[in-house]
Amino acid sequence: MNGTLTLVRLALRRDRVLLPVWIVVIAGLVTVSASAIAELYPHAGQRIALGVTIGATPALQALTGPVFDAASVGGLTAWRATTMASALAALMSILVVTRHTRAEEETGRAELLGSCVVGRQAVPAAAVAVAVTANAVITLLITVGLAGQGLPAAGALAFGAAVGGTGWVFTGVALAAAQLTTHARTASALACATLGLAFLLRALGDAAKAEALAWSSPLGWAQRVRAFAGERWWVIALFAVTALALVAAAALLARRRDLGAGLLPPRPGRPDARASLAGPVALAWRLQRGGLLGWAVGFAIAGTLFGALAHSLGDLVADNPHMAALLARMGGTDALTDAFLTAELSVLALVAGGYAVQATLRLRGEESALRAESVLATAVTRRRWSLSHLALALGGSALIMSVGGLSAGLAHGLRIGRPAGQAARMLGAALLQVPATWTLAGIAMLLFGLLPRLTALAWAALVAFALLAQLGELLQLDDAVMNLSPFSHVPQTLGRPVDAGPLLGLLLVTAALLAAGIVAFQRRDLQQE
Amino acid sequence: MANSPAVLITGLTKHFGKVHALDGLDLTVRTGEVHGFLGPNGAGKTTTLRILLGLLRADAGHTELLGGHPWRDAVELHRRLAYVPGDVVLWPTLSGGEAIDLLGRLRGGLDRQRKAALLDRFGLDPAKKGRAYSKGNRQKVALIAALASEVDLLLLDEPTSGLDPLMEATFREVIAEERTRGRTVLLSSHSLAEVEALCDQVTIIRDGRTVETGTLAGLRHLTRTTISADLDHVPHLLNELAGVHALTVSGSHVSFQIDGEHLQTALRLLTDAGVRQLTCRPATLEELFLRHYQAVA
Ligand SMILES: Nc1ncnc2c1ncn2[C@@H]1O[C@H](COP(=O)(O)OP(=O)(O)OP(=O)(O)O)[C@@H](O)[C@H]1O
Ligand SMILES: [Mg+2]
Repeated sequence: MNGTLTLVRLALRRDRVLLPVWIVVIAGLVTVSASAIAELYPHAGQRIALGVTIGATPALQALTGPVFDAASVGGLTAWRATTMASALAALMSILVVTRHTRAEEETGRAELLGSCVVGRQAVPAAAVAVAVTANAVITLLITVGLAGQGLPAAGALAFGAAVGGTGWVFTGVALAAAQLTTHARTASALACATLGLAFLLRALGDAAKAEALAWSSPLGWAQRVRAFAGERWWVIALFAVTALALVAAAALLARRRDLGAGLLPPRPGRPDARASLAGPVALAWRLQRGGLLGWAVGFAIAGTLFGALAHSLGDLVADNPHMAALLARMGGTDALTDAFLTAELSVLALVAGGYAVQATLRLRGEESALRAESVLATAVTRRRWSLSHLALALGGSALIMSVGGLSAGLAHGLRIGRPAGQAARMLGAALLQVPATWTLAGIAMLLFGLLPRLTALAWAALVAFALLAQLGELLQLDDAVMNLSPFSHVPQTLGRPVDAGPLLGLLLVTAALLAAGIVAFQRRDLQQE
Repeated sequence: MANSPAVLITGLTKHFGKVHALDGLDLTVRTGEVHGFLGPNGAGKTTTLRILLGLLRADAGHTELLGGHPWRDAVELHRRLAYVPGDVVLWPTLSGGEAIDLLGRLRGGLDRQRKAALLDRFGLDPAKKGRAYSKGNRQKVALIAALASEVDLLLLDEPTSGLDPLMEATFREVIAEERTRGRTVLLSSHSLAEVEALCDQVTIIRDGRTVETGTLAGLRHLTRTTISADLDHVPHLLNELAGVHALTVSGSHVSFQIDGEHLQTALRLLTDAGVRQLTCRPATLEELFLRHYQAVA
């Protein structure tokens, strides 16, 4: 453990901007949600009515989880903000841990540190210390922020601990993932896939009222801490124990491998290249196809599960006489199913935006690893090289959206006996979301061209758009603000006639962003980190 | 065209923020020569090569490469040259053989027989994945990809920095062959022995400026000679003589270094003082470089 403190200080210095931003955004989200709810639903009666509507809308529960106590402001805040804040805390933890463990080893910096007077476990220990502390600060800020608004202190603390606790668990997940793989990219992909799975399990469990399923996910635990609704403190202990177990498992794994190596040994490759590996597009495909396959599988699973569930929701709700009346007013079972499927497509589109950003920023990865130099020193223009990875970003996001839409349509269609029709309908609806994901590729490309050291801002844009989509309505944000998000310009409802104007607008904006990014890149120096 | 230089740089400058990486650099590499490019760490060698490759943009100065402009005509020029970077980074999931083929194809073609021959001579296993290679083996991958391409000009940035002595010898053989085949080579290096063995011309730079350029023989003329002598009496004028460095006197014995142009005056002074014994030694290459590498006091 020698030197851990020095490394912690080093990590805090490197993250002196990023980490505070994460912390403030996550804690801020929760407090802002609470004050918005207090302002918009000042009377208990209004809040209870909202609670009933939520109960009748599985799509909402899939996104945010169940309401345990709709009568209180705290209870509604817990319903609205827990999943969002916990998922962000998890994401933050994953990024912090991979950045300070695997990425360090990969660049060889860890070796440099390892040769100084630094204990073997110091690097992971420092990364964990930073992530755990950041999550503790989030817990504290949420507690203070909510209690400061006059909400019960116990509930505020439980809320904060649920968010921070999810962060701890994913600190452990990321650390274990970092031991299994050789690359920072694969390590964070593995941890993020785990987070996606956790979201999926909780969403299905909550939408279908299948408690066991919801309990299988740490995001489900966060809800089930029941902040402001009869707190279950032992769930906090569950977070802590799980996090410790994961860290211990990671330490065991670490003992079985060498610095810089993964647990799975590399296999030998071909002595020479296939004839098809001949251009930048072939290279980009070769580098990205594995990742794309993973995304496609994820989208197929998510689409199938949600599609299969959609039809049962009507039955679930209709069982309850109160709900049934409400349901009829909202447009009947079909409208409910469509709302659920639309919500599912919107979430998939946001996630596909993440793919588009990641695939585009591969350009930056290749540049800062100096591999771009080797390619651009050959007869490949900068434009052609940029377009090669952009082709993957644009084509790939269209592909995974199609996979998600098709599988949801097929699964739903099989249950209601119209597989072909539903598959075509959902495929069409999914493809209509694609322009918004492309806009994110455009933003990432522009940043890559103009501000290559700040490409992480593309992720910030994605998080901001996701928050607008999640919170915009609750906070009654201005249309002008909502319109900043490309996801506000793609169809939000299934089955309505589509207005081509906004979609064309998005495509034009995207084309302009991409072109500007390419031109800027053609004019600048190549830059390492 | 045949006689125009492969590389012609005059007054090249490049800043990175406040750092003046290049500050009026001159460099001429004639077609068909092997040109050594030397300078202490941070002198600006890699920066110069990156500008020649159109990876960085020059701030000012004239740069001509194979008769074209490195930034504007990058793609046409890159068909005619190959680059071996100082830090070779390979794609972790591609095997070395795949990387060699890919880079060759991107450049516009690769001689398969030459590739096989080079793999054999450098003893490289092409089936390993990029992440499994040692530093020296990564360097070999880039070298083979460059040498197996049909190009006019090779730009090599410290190509032997990770190679073992045996492989260094192989590298010298291969470069000597390249020269007889008429290829032009610009070779940045810290290995004096390598430069002495391979290069027709050398350019030495420091702090982004050219401090010396010419043939090795020509450079030697400019260097100091080390003299040590036993004298009847030590002339007190000696330490005031222009061009004398590192003078030590012990009893009747003196030793010092003297700049080429003052050699004659110094010798006259010594003969007048009565020489009992005299040794004269021209500067070694080592001394020549060290002198140029150390900042002027
Ligand atoms: N991208 C960059 N940003 C800022 N400074 C840079 C950058 N690239 C190079 N420099 C600076 O420019 C100077 C020249 O660097 P360069 O890499 O060209 O030196 P070099 O002669 O190749 O040295 P070495 O022998 O160590 O390889 C150095 O002071 C270096 O710190
Ligand atoms: Mg260098």
